[in-house]
Amino acid sequence: MKQDIIEEITHDRSTGMTLIVKTVAKIMIAMMLLFGFYIIIYGHLTPGGGFAGGVIIAIAYVLMMLAFSRKVALKKLSNFWASIFDNLGMLAFIVIAYIGLGFGYFMYNFIWHGNPFHLISAGIIPLCNIAIGIKVGAALYAIFIGLSIYGRITTKEEE
Amino acid sequence: MLLFDIILIFMIIGTIIAVETKNMLSAVVAVGAVGFGVSLLFLYLRAPDIAITQVIVEVLSLIILIRVATHVDNVAIERRIDNFANMTGLIFIGLFIAFCIWAFTDVIPFANPLMRVSQHYLDAGLRETGAANIVAAVILDYRAYDTLGEAVVIFTSILGAFVILRSKGKKKLSEEDDITVGILEDA
Repeated sequence: MKQDIIEEITHDRSTGMTLIVKTVAKIMIAMMLLFGFYIIIYGHLTPGGGFAGGVIIAIAYVLMMLAFSRKVALKKLSNFWASIFDNLGMLAFIVIAYIGLGFGYFMYNFIWHGNPFHLISAGIIPLCNIAIGIKVGAALYAIFIGLSIYGRITTKEEE
Repeated sequence: MLLFDIILIFMIIGTIIAVETKNMLSAVVAVGAVGFGVSLLFLYLRAPDIAITQVIVEVLSLIILIRVATHVDNVAIERRIDNFANMTGLIFIGLFIAFCIWAFTDVIPFANPLMRVSQHYLDAGLRETGAANIVAAVILDYRAYDTLGEAVVIFTSILGAFVILRSKGKKKLSEEDDITVGILEDA
């Protein structure tokens, strides 16, 4: 049902930018999301990390909002769920920090470090990167939503 | 260091254009050019993590600024010439440059840090944390508390933005205000 609405708005020529922009944006959004997740997950091996990857994911959603219409992006990830993801990322980071308190001190790297240069290594660092990535991506997308739609919503009493 | 100087001069020229131009959109474009110059400098100083972050944040802020700038009228601010203000500004710029020259003669040379703890991070970072990226090892293991503080700062700022930007208030328009906030009017 929700997918049908998205398909319908996506193929509607009256909203959003032109067909050329939409066709390119479809490919670009997928690549940007993939690159953002790569930057987050490999943050302990290659340059990048949670913040940079999170901003890339936020830019992918912003491109979706600019190329298609505001409705498509809000159907994919609404402002409610953006703020929920923001809170969940922050909560996950703090919970990881407090688990370390049980093993020694705050933010203790309690997981086995593993072999260097492997994907699963470095203990809590990849987990923290994922938490920060979700948090920053959702937060910056929420800021863009806030700047974009909040001035246009009016309550029924005011209308 | 020739490339470094060229990028620095390019950034200074871009800043002057951004301040002095009358068109809002070209000012935003000039600011973007300065931002990408900053990321090139970071890349030149071998800090790819910060360079990636700078490029991406610059892109996002440029999108927001351009969307704002295309909706705002181009109003050139009428400027009157004030000799006293100009003279004061020149004197303080001169003092600033003089103190800069005096301060930068004593600055420690590049890549020779005063703090010995950074050498420990470089030597033992891979063994103690297991992270191949030394920047991730520092910001999420040795200095994780700082990163937590930064995350809290972003979280709080976004909370504030959400509170200010919402137009759907909790109070109905017909209700009376019982608390007076803001600038109080004098009689």
